[in-house]
Amino acid sequence: MPARAPSDRPNGVSDVERTQANNIEPEAGPNGGTEPVPVASGKGRSRQPLLIRIAHWLNVPLLILMAGSGLQIFAAYPSLGPQGRQYTWYPFQGTPPPQWLRIGGWLAGARHWHFAIAWFFVLNGLIYLIYFAASGEWRRRLFQPGRDTRHAIAQFAYYLRIRRTPPPPDFYNGLQRLAYTCAIIFGLIMVLSGLALYKPVQLHWLTLLFGGYDGARLVHLAVLCLLALFVASHLVLVALHPREFVYMITGGRHE
Amino acid sequence: MSNLLTRRKFLISVAAASLAAGCDRFHPVAGFLRGMQDWNEKFEAALFSPGRLAPELPASAATPEDAIPTYFISDSMPVAPVHWSLKVGGMVARPMSLSLEQLQKLPRTEMRVQHHCVEGWSAVASWYGVRVSDIAALAGLDRGVKYVEFRSFDSNYWSSWDLGSALHPQTLLAYGMNGHPLGPDHGAPLRLYSAVKLGYKMVKYLTEVNFLPDNTGGYWENQGYDWFAGV
Repeated sequence: MPARAPSDRPNGVSDVERTQANNIEPEAGPNGGTEPVPVASGKGRSRQPLLIRIAHWLNVPLLILMAGSGLQIFAAYPSLGPQGRQYTWYPFQGTPPPQWLRIGGWLAGARHWHFAIAWFFVLNGLIYLIYFAASGEWRRRLFQPGRDTRHAIAQFAYYLRIRRTPPPPDFYNGLQRLAYTCAIIFGLIMVLSGLALYKPVQLHWLTLLFGGYDGARLVHLAVLCLLALFVASHLVLVALHPREFVYMITGGRHE
Repeated sequence: MSNLLTRRKFLISVAAASLAAGCDRFHPVAGFLRGMQDWNEKFEAALFSPGRLAPELPASAATPEDAIPTYFISDSMPVAPVHWSLKVGGMVARPMSLSLEQLQKLPRTEMRVQHHCVEGWSAVASWYGVRVSDIAALAGLDRGVKYVEFRSFDSNYWSSWDLGSALHPQTLLAYGMNGHPLGPDHGAPLRLYSAVKLGYKMVKYLTEVNFLPDNTGGYWENQGYDWFAGV
């Protein structure tokens, strides 16, 4: 009995395996079977889904118009801090941004553009965020400290040539996740601080959150600078990795 | 002197302003931006809550008075006519003309709130005077009144307001500032001051308050600045 048992079992098991293999074989033929994919890579989805591509490219004109008209508005009072108590630490008090960066021609014109385009910027952002959350895209895009911190540090060390090889590739590296997540947070802060400036009395609680009207103005400008920094590094990196640029147009292969 | 609303910009739109010399509201913006501006004014009106008060600030928050910009459109500082009085008219039961002494005998309201200029700066001062709502009660508004027009002797600078913002408890006809009578640099003898509008809506050097059924625009409003301009 003990001698037969082992020979019985392998037979039984191998039967099952064979059946499974037969079932799989026709599908896994010339096209190749899908390899096991990490959770974060979003199985069966194109690298850049259509909605994300649309939102991404709409942001180009929207951000240019918002920033240009915003700087024209800033030129009306190119200082930080209230009258009579301007912040002493700000080195550029009274220095307006260069003319070529401004849109709208004069204060009222810039306000027309700023408050018109703001609606489309918010709408685009909302549609993006709803898709981002509902589709599960956030799993492979959002920076999650527990998962991505070490990866981000390794990638950064690689860029600084402290590390010779990049960390093992994923859908996005940790540093990318960190940068794109920051960009989303910057957008959110821009909208909230903008609303705080737009209605400092009606939305007083929001304005208080930024330390008052002049605090909100400082945050609004500071985050614009951070967004500009993001865009600049984004452009450098996309020039170094042109394939990613193509994906943002075509969507790329289904993973 | 506040420099942004400069003569140059005034000249750019002088044609627009002269076209708007009548009563109709004139729109220098057209098309998409005009449509969005109309939409935004509806949004602003919807956000405005007649009962919401701007926080009163402590004396320590006050801006040094010499740091508060002064502003007028005339070539030199406007001086009140000798027998100055405020005319209250429009669709009211009791049109009247009020001297400064008569205004000072009406219930006095004082407040210290933050000022928001369209240019982006803020400042704080305390203001005292008569609530527009008190004047309205005195004059007796007709049911058809929807707007309030404020006119001045500063080269006819004017602005019209939605009734709700004009009757807000923090909208005053101010004759005093920081504990002293209003000086000619800040709109003497009487100016509009409010916690719920941008600075250009607060007409200085007042001569007339008219309660009207129609929107009569304003000096900057007719050149493209938003008419509602709430904060």
